[in-house]
Amino acid sequence: MHRFLLAVLRRDLTLAARRRGDWLIAQFFFVMVASLFPLGVGPEPAMLARIGPGVLWVAATLASLLSLSRLFADDHRDGSLEHMVLSPEPTVLLVLGKSLAHWLIYGIPLLLIAPVLGIQFNLSWEAIRVLEISLLLGTPILSLLGGVGAALTLGLRGGGVLLTLLILPLYVPALIFGAGAVDGVMAGTGAEAHLSLLGAFLVLSLMIAPWIAAAALRVSLE
Amino acid sequence: MNLYTYASPANFYILAGKLIPWFAWGAGLFTAWGLYIAFFLAPTDFQQSEAYRIIFIHVPAAWMSMFIYLVMAFWGAIGLAFNTRLSFMMARALAPTGAIFTFIALWTGAWWGKPMWGAWWVWDARLTSELILLFLYVGIIALWAAIDDIKRGDRAGSLLTLIGAINVPIIYFSVKWWNTLHQGASVSLTKAPSMAATMLQGMLILAIAAWLYTIAVAMARVRRIILERERQSEWVKALLEKES
Repeated sequence: MHRFLLAVLRRDLTLAARRRGDWLIAQFFFVMVASLFPLGVGPEPAMLARIGPGVLWVAATLASLLSLSRLFADDHRDGSLEHMVLSPEPTVLLVLGKSLAHWLIYGIPLLLIAPVLGIQFNLSWEAIRVLEISLLLGTPILSLLGGVGAALTLGLRGGGVLLTLLILPLYVPALIFGAGAVDGVMAGTGAEAHLSLLGAFLVLSLMIAPWIAAAALRVSLE
Repeated sequence: MNLYTYASPANFYILAGKLIPWFAWGAGLFTAWGLYIAFFLAPTDFQQSEAYRIIFIHVPAAWMSMFIYLVMAFWGAIGLAFNTRLSFMMARALAPTGAIFTFIALWTGAWWGKPMWGAWWVWDARLTSELILLFLYVGIIALWAAIDDIKRGDRAGSLLTLIGAINVPIIYFSVKWWNTLHQGASVSLTKAPSMAATMLQGMLILAIAAWLYTIAVAMARVRRIILERERQSEWVKALLEKES
C-alpha cells in the first residue's frame, strides 16, 4: 500500500521537476501578491508589520489555489488518471499521494520564501519563526482541502474560478488560526492556542479530506 | 402502505401536490400571528427600545439558514449512501431557500447592528461565519449550475455540502470560542431565556412559520425538478396530457 503512495509521490515530483516553469509561476505569484500590498496601503513599517501576517497568509492560500486546478487536470487530459483510479489500489491513497506531492512542490517553497517577505513586511524574528510554524502546519491543509475542490471541478468549464469559489470558504479556519498565531505572538498573548487549533484542523483535514476527494474523483470520472 | 412508497418521485410528486397548500396556508397564518405578536403584543425592550423588533425576523432567518444547510447535508448523505434520486432532488430544492434565509439574516443583522452597536457590520465571529455560510451556499449552487450531467452534479454537490457541514458546528459554537461585540445567544435550552415570554413566543411562532414556508417552497421546487428530470417517463406524459 505505501509503495503505491510512494510511486504516486515519485511520479508527481518527477513531472514537476521536468516542468520547472509551472512550478515557478506559483512561487512568483506568491511574491507578487504580497509585494502589491505595500504599494496599495503605503510603506509605513508599523502598519506593514500589523497587516503582514494576514497578507502573507492570504497570498499563500491564493498561490496554493492557483496551482490546485491542475492537480488532476493534466492526468485527466491524457487519460492516465482513469487508469490510476481503475487500478486495484485505493483511490484514497492516490488522492493523498497527489495532495502530498502538491504540498512538497508548492507548499514547501512558500515556507522558504515567506521569511524574506516577512522581513519586507518588517516582522520581528519571533513573528517570522511563528509564521514559519503556522505555514508548516497550514499549507498541508490547503493542499488536502484543495484536492477535494480539484476533484469536484475536474473537467468543468471555468473550473479554475469555480474551484476558488468552492474552496476559499473551507480555507477560512486555517487562515484565521494561521494568521492569528502570528498576531498572537506580536500582541504578546502567545501563539500556542492558535497553533494547537491549526494542528487539530490539520489532523481533521487529513482524516476527512482524502476520502471525500476520492469519492469526488470517482463521481467526476463516471 | 409502505412509507418508502414516497421515495419514488412519481408518488412523491402527487403527495407533495396535496401537502403544499396545507404548508403554505400554515406558513401564512403563523406569519400573520407571529407578526401580530411582534408588533402589537411584545413589550418595548428596556435597553434596545423599538429597534429590537427586527429579531423577530432576524433570529428565525438565522436559525433556518443553519438548519437548512444541515438538512441539505442530511439528504445529500442519504442520497450518497442509498443512491435514492429523490434525496438529491430535495437537497437541490432546499439550497436556494437556505441561501435566501442566510442573506436575510445578514441583511436584518446589519439593520439591527446599526442602531445597537452603531455599525452596519463588524467582523465578529457570528457575522463572519454567517457570511461564510452564504459563500458555501453560493459555492454549492454554482457547482450544480456548472455540471450539466445530473448524476455527477447531484453527487458532487452533496459531497461539497458534507465537507462544508463541518463548518456549520463551528459557526454555532464560534459564539463560545470567540467572545466579542456580539451579544450572547438569546435563547438557550439549558438556562432560562433572557427575554420576555411574549418576545420568545413571537419568535418561536415566526420560526415555525419559516419552517412551514421552507417545506412548502422546497416541495414546490422539488415538483418542478421531478417533472424536469422525469419528462421522458410515461407517467409525466400522461399527467401533462391530462392537464392540457
